[in-house]
Amino acid sequence: MSKRIDVQDLNVFYGDFKAVEDVTIRVEARSVTAFIGPSGCGKSTFLRTLNRMHEVIPGARVEGQVLLDGDDLYGAGVDPVTVRSQIGMVFQRPNPFPTMSIRDNVLAGVKLNNKRISRAESDALVERSLRGANLWKEVKDRLDKPGSGLSGGQQQRLCIARAIAVEPEVILMDEPCSALDPISTLAVEDLIDELKDNYTVVIVTHNMQQAARVSEKTAFFNIAGTGDPGRLIEYSDTTEIFNNPREKSTEDYVSGRFG
Amino acid sequence: MTNTMTTRRKSNLTRGQLPKYTPWVVVAAAVVLAAAIMTLVGFSAFGWGVLAAILFTVGLTGISAAVEGARQAKDKLATCLVFGSFLIALLPLISVIWTVLVNGIPGLTFDFLFYSMNGVTGQFDDAAAAGEAPVVGGVYHAIVGTLLMTLWATLISVPVGLLAAVYLVEYSEGGRLAKAITFFVDVMTGIPSIVAGLFAVAFFAVVFGPGTKTGIVAAVALSVLMIPVVVRSTEEMLRIVPNELREASYALGVRKWRTITKVVIPTAISGIASGVTLAIARVVGETAPILVTAGFATSINFNVFSGWMASLPTFIYTQIITPTSPSNPDPSAQRAWAAALLLIILVMLLNLAARLIARFFAPKTGR
Repeated sequence: MSKRIDVQDLNVFYGDFKAVEDVTIRVEARSVTAFIGPSGCGKSTFLRTLNRMHEVIPGARVEGQVLLDGDDLYGAGVDPVTVRSQIGMVFQRPNPFPTMSIRDNVLAGVKLNNKRISRAESDALVERSLRGANLWKEVKDRLDKPGSGLSGGQQQRLCIARAIAVEPEVILMDEPCSALDPISTLAVEDLIDELKDNYTVVIVTHNMQQAARVSEKTAFFNIAGTGDPGRLIEYSDTTEIFNNPREKSTEDYVSGRFG
Repeated sequence: MTNTMTTRRKSNLTRGQLPKYTPWVVVAAAVVLAAAIMTLVGFSAFGWGVLAAILFTVGLTGISAAVEGARQAKDKLATCLVFGSFLIALLPLISVIWTVLVNGIPGLTFDFLFYSMNGVTGQFDDAAAAGEAPVVGGVYHAIVGTLLMTLWATLISVPVGLLAAVYLVEYSEGGRLAKAITFFVDVMTGIPSIVAGLFAVAFFAVVFGPGTKTGIVAAVALSVLMIPVVVRSTEEMLRIVPNELREASYALGVRKWRTITKVVIPTAISGIASGVTLAIARVVGETAPILVTAGFATSINFNVFSGWMASLPTFIYTQIITPTSPSNPDPSAQRAWAAALLLIILVMLLNLAARLIARFFAPKTGR
């Protein structure tokens, strides 16, 4: 498991509006990469193009290439459903399925696709995924209770368990901790640290300390002004970005001079 | 909370307030005063009530203005107006239920529920009116007809309405077709029910020849009335399903149609089901479209595809307009009232069912 992502000259459009311009970036397998930048700079939009989730929004389209271990996600005949089953996503707000129990939430990726799975296999998958998301101890006695009864942090880890249950190559996280308290945030960050042993993790965050804590590489995005497209300003090792940035705007941003 | 045990003395903070019992004193005074005035000008219960209400409003507002000041007086006036409107809205409902109960209960017997009007002639009613025999004949055929025609109408309109709503919410992306559908659904909501009946008659006349009067024709007419209601309520319910759930499902590599059938519809099912039940309750009392499409039978007919069928509303209509015994309409009137009571009970049960369904299907909460 775990694959590398190469993005080449990617432009993202909403209708005629160019939201992200000329992004070229390489995300290594089994690593944590953080995207930081001010609001509206296109980092979430760009993240969504990595598993074609932007196509859910009417009028959104891309130009350029996104290669998953050399295979173009936007090549002719590529089914977005195949892409998304290999590249999972965790969202800003925890969104467990309200009609399902904790167990069914974890199994959602399997069950919603009507794959046959035996009781023993599904039990093993539920335990493995929940252990992987550091949630097993907290919920093992209430697997048949609704997922919406959990706390916010537990719900978010349930969503991560749901994402890793389909055994993706890459996990994208769109500000996964912005709706959580510091304790839950710590739990999710510890989890991210463990996930990188098996998965390629890309995380968008507004919290620069978080980026510094969890990531090995950091990409800084910025916009020149409203109406202009977002650009990748600087991409290198996290320590470089925070201690010795090459660009002036990166330094201004990470030192808190703006944004 | 204002009267705690320790503060027996008057608090400066509660100065200038009327005591709690003031409204009751004013009510009593208004009722007595209104009664006195009404005896002078000629007594009537309705006038008494209206006059008492007006006197109460004026009295309470006036006293409040004198003691508590303008702001409190306005508050009292608004309270009186809101409460009065509520009573006015409630009065017809209570009046209808009371009248139907009083007139309907005597006729609502076991035999009435399980016998049809087959073979009941004017002679039986004459005998019943003379006190020589009980009122015979019943509503069984009409219950059967109502249930069957409504069932078929539901079978036709739920798939059409549900799929139309799914198209509007999930697939249309606000295109021209979606706007057209929404517009015509709105137009359909306003179609007079008799027009729906005539449409069904004309439709079956073209396909199966003129004069086709069966239960299924009535079911088609009813479904014309039901579909817009089902589309509207289902659309509302699908729209309030959070987009995040759809995205969560897509992000797991689930196809769109599976996302809709396994995530979106189950999340909205309680609202959809209660919307459908309310649509049924809305058409179960329709009279005109059934008169022109299914006729009015007096015998039991279980087959919606052949022969005339009765329904509760048409049963009531025919019993009142053409009494079984023209010289003694009272037994027919009794049957009509009993059928009316039955119809109200049926609609109430359907509304109750809608609530139960909504609660039963609602996403489970709790830890």
